[in-house]
Amino acid sequence: MKQIVVISGKGGTGKTVVSGSFAALAKNKIMVDCDVDAADLHLLLHPAVKERHEFRSGQTAVIDKKLCTKCGKCASACRFQAIKDDFTVECFSCEGCALCSHICPHGAIHMEENVAGEWFVSDTEYGPFVHAKLGIAEENSGKLVAKIRQIAKELAEKQTLDYVIIDGPPGIGCPVIASLSGVDCALIVTEPTLSGLHDARRVMEVAKHFNISVKLVVNKYDLNTAVTEKIEAFCRERDVPVVGKIAFDKAVVEALVEGKTIVEYAACLAADEVKNIWERLR
Amino acid sequence: MIISVASGKGGTGKTTVAVNLALSLKNIQFIDCDVEEPNAHLFLKPCIKDEARAYIPVPEVDEAKCVYCGKCRDVCAYHAIAVLPGSEGKKGSTLIFPHLCHGCGACSLLCPQGAIKEVNKEIGAIEIGEKDTMQFIHGRLNVGEAMSPPLIRQVKKYINLTRTVIIDAPPGTSCPVITTVKDSDFCVLVTEPTPFGLNDLILAVEVLRKLQISLGVVINRCDIGDGKVESYCKKENIPILMKIPFSREIAVSYSEGVPIVEKDISYQEKFINLYLNICGIKNEADSRH
Repeated sequence: MKQIVVISGKGGTGKTVVSGSFAALAKNKIMVDCDVDAADLHLLLHPAVKERHEFRSGQTAVIDKKLCTKCGKCASACRFQAIKDDFTVECFSCEGCALCSHICPHGAIHMEENVAGEWFVSDTEYGPFVHAKLGIAEENSGKLVAKIRQIAKELAEKQTLDYVIIDGPPGIGCPVIASLSGVDCALIVTEPTLSGLHDARRVMEVAKHFNISVKLVVNKYDLNTAVTEKIEAFCRERDVPVVGKIAFDKAVVEALVEGKTIVEYAACLAADEVKNIWERLR
Repeated sequence: MIISVASGKGGTGKTTVAVNLALSLKNIQFIDCDVEEPNAHLFLKPCIKDEARAYIPVPEVDEAKCVYCGKCRDVCAYHAIAVLPGSEGKKGSTLIFPHLCHGCGACSLLCPQGAIKEVNKEIGAIEIGEKDTMQFIHGRLNVGEAMSPPLIRQVKKYINLTRTVIIDAPPGTSCPVITTVKDSDFCVLVTEPTPFGLNDLILAVEVLRKLQISLGVVINRCDIGDGKVESYCKKENIPILMKIPFSREIAVSYSEGVPIVEKDISYQEKFINLYLNICGIKNEADSRH
């Protein structure tokens, strides 16, 4: 079994367009959407939810008004400015460290577990799909990513699937690190802009930091061929194979609007190249 | 006034809007809070005058004082401490996993032996610079570091309310975004008229409503895709502040790191209008309260 994650550093470079196409191209696989706070892959895969689970993670402090004497010990110890002037807890700021509950001289503070989101196991016409929805303004996206990856891996082992294909989040922080850990290959999708190059370089360093093998795709490569060449030269220097260059194609947006993967929507240059990329990757 | 520019979905044009808005106005303080992937500097090319390292406090155990009681492990909500008790003739050991530490200080404060002190661990850097009348600040998270909110909080300490503050936010809807937009007077959500853009816009709107921050929408590449973003905004009474048509000129200019207002001065008026729109909505909302 091989685990492949699609990441980008910069957002909006085409991760989901590429991984959605892999869903249509790869045989015998499970799909995972690890962009849990702005998940989009379901808009292409149209899942029928089979299982729905609560994701419990983290805690929030709750102050009992009857016991609180407003001594202020909690507020001065809290490093996250989560205790408001009226001695209630600002739940968006509370990191759930529980320090306040330990030091309150009157035992007025207790911790309550958060329901931080939901995760799902679904059927799609492309095979099984594990995805999640982080609760509104909730934390711990990295842990939710780790959770659904573990579920997907177990399912893949049980059903002896060949691939776990993961649509990753943007950035380089905790959900990205959780998406990368233990994969066989990270495919970076970037675009020929200075921001695209800058961000691809940083996420590449993260992958290297965790010893993950990296390949790269330049999406909309013809929007600026000079920057595309720069990206290719940069990859050559670092021995990162460039496994594809996808042309800018309005059909990509049209396919999105129809809720279809580009390889199923139309015979076009972009679709052909995505097929080539999958052949080079598998 | 603090105006943050956020989006839910990445790559919709946050940085484009934030940068061009800032360049169209005077006496701006520009703060890039996308510390995982800061990009605004590529466009603004500020002259960096000062750099500060950003740290979080992590525990360090004085093995001479530690009796391996396990109190620190028990109070750590992040499982960042493991304690192996000593056995006959063998010393115990207390292990710290700094990457899991949120720097809350519980272990050092609650250790009965006073055996834990906090030492600084670097998580990134903050750079401070200038561009004409604009003050520029951004944070840069170290590669391999998982938690951006502590760095975002430190970047935001530089906020100077004597200026109009424009904050470029990270994508998504979770902790980095919330830490960034908290305390903003207004949030501009940049989206694109596709199912992905709409899906993530709805999530971002829910977050901002929960945080009780006034908001408006900029539709970028408004002429590709479909009309569902607009009908959603109408239905939800969300003001559409500006629409930017797809143009190869903007795309190429972006790819080269050149703000469109520097290439085509006529855009300046459009971004000044965006600012006036924001002020109008903000004033109306304030007068209602």
